[in-house]
Amino acid sequence: MGDARTRWSARRWLIAGLLATLCATPALARDALTLGMVLEPPGLDPTAGAAAAIREVTYDNIFEGLTRIDGAGHVVPGLAASWTISPDGKAYTFALHSGVIFHDGTEFNCAIVQFSYNRARAPDSTNAQKELFEPIADIACPDPHTAVVTLKRPDAAFLFGMGWGDAVMVAPNSAAGNQTHPIGTGPFRFTNWVKGDRVEMARFDHYWGAAPKLARVTFKFVADPAAAAAALLAGDIDAFGNFPAPEILPQLRADGRFAVVIGSTEGKTILALNNARKPFDDIRVRRALAYAIDRKALVQATMSGLGTIIGSHYTPNDPGFIDLAGTYPYDPTRAKALLAEAGIASGTHFTLALPPPPYARRGGEVIAAMLEEVGLHVELVPMEWAEWLDQVFKRSDFDMTMISHTEARDLAIYARDHYYFNYHSDAFRSLYQTYLDATDPRTEIDLLQKMQRQLATDEPNVFLYVLPKLGVWNARLHGFWVNDPIPANDLSAVAWGE
Amino acid sequence: MLRFLAGRLLALALTLLAAAALIFLVLEVLPGDPAALILGVNARPDTLATLHHQLGLDRPAALRFPLWIFGLLRGDFGESYTYHAPVAGLIADRVMVSLPLALLALALSTTLAIPVGVFAAARRRRIGDTLAMAVAQLGVAVPNFWLGLLLILLFAVKLAWLPASGFGGWSGGIWHGLRSLILPALALALPQAAILARVTRSAVLETLGEDYLRTALAKGLSRNAALWRHAVPNALIPVFTILGLQFSFLLAGTIIIENVFTLPGLGRLIFQAIAGRDLIVVQDLVVLLAGSVIVVNFAVDIAYVLVDPRLRQSGPR
Amino acid sequence: MKTLARLGPAMVVGGAISAALFGMALVSLVWTPYAPSAIDIAHRLASPSATHWLGTDPLGRDVFSMLMAGARNSLAVAVLAVVIGMGVGVPLGLFAAARGGIIDDFLMRAADLVFSFPALLTAVVITALAGPGARNAMLAIGIFNVPVFARLTRGTARAVGARGFVIAAKVFGRGDLAISRAHILPNIAAPLVVQASIQFALAILAEAGLSYVGLGTQPPAPSWGRMLNDAQTYIFAAPRLAIFPGLAIMLAVLGLNLLGDGLRDWLDPRLQRPPADPAP
Repeated sequence: MGDARTRWSARRWLIAGLLATLCATPALARDALTLGMVLEPPGLDPTAGAAAAIREVTYDNIFEGLTRIDGAGHVVPGLAASWTISPDGKAYTFALHSGVIFHDGTEFNCAIVQFSYNRARAPDSTNAQKELFEPIADIACPDPHTAVVTLKRPDAAFLFGMGWGDAVMVAPNSAAGNQTHPIGTGPFRFTNWVKGDRVEMARFDHYWGAAPKLARVTFKFVADPAAAAAALLAGDIDAFGNFPAPEILPQLRADGRFAVVIGSTEGKTILALNNARKPFDDIRVRRALAYAIDRKALVQATMSGLGTIIGSHYTPNDPGFIDLAGTYPYDPTRAKALLAEAGIASGTHFTLALPPPPYARRGGEVIAAMLEEVGLHVELVPMEWAEWLDQVFKRSDFDMTMISHTEARDLAIYARDHYYFNYHSDAFRSLYQTYLDATDPRTEIDLLQKMQRQLATDEPNVFLYVLPKLGVWNARLHGFWVNDPIPANDLSAVAWGE
Repeated sequence: MLRFLAGRLLALALTLLAAAALIFLVLEVLPGDPAALILGVNARPDTLATLHHQLGLDRPAALRFPLWIFGLLRGDFGESYTYHAPVAGLIADRVMVSLPLALLALALSTTLAIPVGVFAAARRRRIGDTLAMAVAQLGVAVPNFWLGLLLILLFAVKLAWLPASGFGGWSGGIWHGLRSLILPALALALPQAAILARVTRSAVLETLGEDYLRTALAKGLSRNAALWRHAVPNALIPVFTILGLQFSFLLAGTIIIENVFTLPGLGRLIFQAIAGRDLIVVQDLVVLLAGSVIVVNFAVDIAYVLVDPRLRQSGPR
Repeated sequence: MKTLARLGPAMVVGGAISAALFGMALVSLVWTPYAPSAIDIAHRLASPSATHWLGTDPLGRDVFSMLMAGARNSLAVAVLAVVIGMGVGVPLGLFAAARGGIIDDFLMRAADLVFSFPALLTAVVITALAGPGARNAMLAIGIFNVPVFARLTRGTARAVGARGFVIAAKVFGRGDLAISRAHILPNIAAPLVVQASIQFALAILAEAGLSYVGLGTQPPAPSWGRMLNDAQTYIFAAPRLAIFPGLAIMLAVLGLNLLGDGLRDWLDPRLQRPPADPAP
């Protein structure tokens, strides 16, 4: 790679000097890929940290679980070839693939399943989603290639949860080192991590499934969007699963060498309101804020118009989605009337806490200006993540905050006793409980729709839009996910075409 | 002389200790929990407690501070919370980016500035001098991060000669690593060179104005000989003093420039570590950076004393 | 014309730029072509024209208005940072020079301590602790200015103190404070004024740098450094957004530096310009 790059750059000099134009990209080795990412993962063990970046490097590349989530958000077989569920919904019998080995040669069998799940739910576990494993009562191994997981109660979301990065299979002899040298069963094996710069992996020759087309993959971390674009244009990076800045996409499109594919993430971007604090406990105020914000202009200004407007805490990717975006159309007059009705004087002062991502920092400025129009004075309070987690999330000490909830299908947070925006609705809770207990898919869908409507009616937060997934890759590459149902850069199907 | 040295060394050690205590204290009161950052929004309280214990954060600060200091004395920098790797190794990796960058910038600025400064002094008040000093005046005023942006725009985006960002690494050969450092080094070096050129010019002019040189010139010493044999060597003393001072400027400068060019150096590490509440990394880095500045200042002080023994009694400057 | 010539070209040009800068900042208090934080998404990223002299930014704000208001914020931070530096540094320097001995040693070691933290690091830590913002940026830059003035004051004060008239005053039993005020301060005012103009220029650079990394002036207050940061992702779509604020910073610093040079030559032609101290 190093060699090829140097030659390539020497050639660039010549071309630039002689023709002063960009020539056609010369043929490179067709089985190496350099993929750009914005954030470097803190550690490479998805079972010991919540950062999306860990999954974006390792998920289904290095590590695999019993089930997996595919690009469409469906639960499909992973290391478990198939499964059956007992009639009472409590016992899951997984038939495991045989002939699966870890990158260090360790054999994968039911004992590994026992180890992985028990490790995640142990008292000293540091799994970020320990909650996922909470329903598990027991894991039995009738034979090495069968695993029987018994639950304490039926859980419709169990298979989906076991497809998350937090539930991947790890081996007893390598688990402790996975943070810096991950060893899994996936199609790629980890080779090198130059901290602050890149992670490298290579095709695993003894992979149990279809061999990946790519022989070598480099994940390169580029925090700055302009630098990311320059690296793409210079050919230093071949692809971005999710490009950081929509405003640069026109330039990349115009270049002609790239496919620009706009998909959707699960990032429900909301203006979260502290429902326990006056005056946000008044539904008229919350609705007034919803009327006061021109979401279309907001998406235009901050995301170059990309991003689907939503009216509830749910995305079009999710099962049973209904479009409620029109519930509170932009109407400043109505907003003012509602505020007046609720007794909010003109010039009332609120704070708006903004975490670091650009959608929040830029969006905050736009929202402040829009609320100013209806007579509210908004003070912007930029915060680091550490402060946001502490002050807003943990201590619930805030008026408003702009935040994207990236977890898939997380209506559950509106049924929690203590959650930072302090929404409390008995109607919603009973809907949610009925949903959990439901076993019939049609009833489930019906309840999911009722919950969405309930949230749109109560408007505990102002629902804004779904963050887009801005896929950019060399047009000769194919096999990337279009949407991000979970954070991942699944490269098992990616290949260079002609 | 020995007593003076011993005294200064003691002061140096105390300064470093004070710096260490200061940064430790500041990070203690800084809001934010490293474990909460690692485990995210769905973490359960018991998981957080486990992680606190594993990271050693459940121990009182009064114990952690001496443990850290004694660790440092033994050469043990501790382990990063986020990277799960020894901090010494992390820092060593980053030094391999920041130090070459700073040295390259230093080399660029001196090779550019000293000839220009001498040239300007030799042609005092003529067109070459005026032009050079006007350019230098502009150079001093240019913010280095803006210069970095402009360089990216020209050399990486428009001409595609050099990479816009990132670091190729040294494993692919010297050039592979060096080419990523050229633009950032230029951005750092040009404003520095402008300052240095001005200092060189005035230092040379000052020595040219000294009585002994005037006498020598009057007695028939050629202007060129006066310039190169006497004025320039003598002028180098203040020039190198400024270079010493610029060291800390360069260190600080790399912090911003590394962010412009997304270079994996010490500067980015410190931003990352503060944002990620990787406390031990921040502490180590601050002590390291402060330590290197203190040592350089110390070296400059010693150099002064060696040059001018009168300072031994009263201390330099 | 004759008086202008006597002032020297540096002073004239520097003075003119500085005056324009301060003028712009003052005018922005009462008038800007548009409200600097008025968002107009329909006209985002407009090119320079008669209606928007320097075009608009990604949120449709008028760039020229933002530059004017940015001048005000930059200058306010810089002025106060220098005031803090002088207000604390000069008395400390005088005190150290007057007392000498252990107090002098201690104060100078303390100055070393402050110097030993790269200034940006100090600023990062201060703003991380107290929250980012113009006030904390000003404080951080101000703190870094203290040892600069303390050292300069001490150095020049000691040189002046060794002169005959000060020794004479001491012999006649005048107190340290009185001597400092009556004899030393007037004699070291010139280098202090020159240094102040340099520190002022450096403070503008420092504020821009801090705002660029997101630690200085916070939105919605416009700031040159943050405008550059915002412009970075638009470097392909609208490179002019990265040009204008950079030019503004450069002009401001250039003007103040020239003014400093001019002042030096005017106040004391023999005085060497002190070397620029490291900025963050």
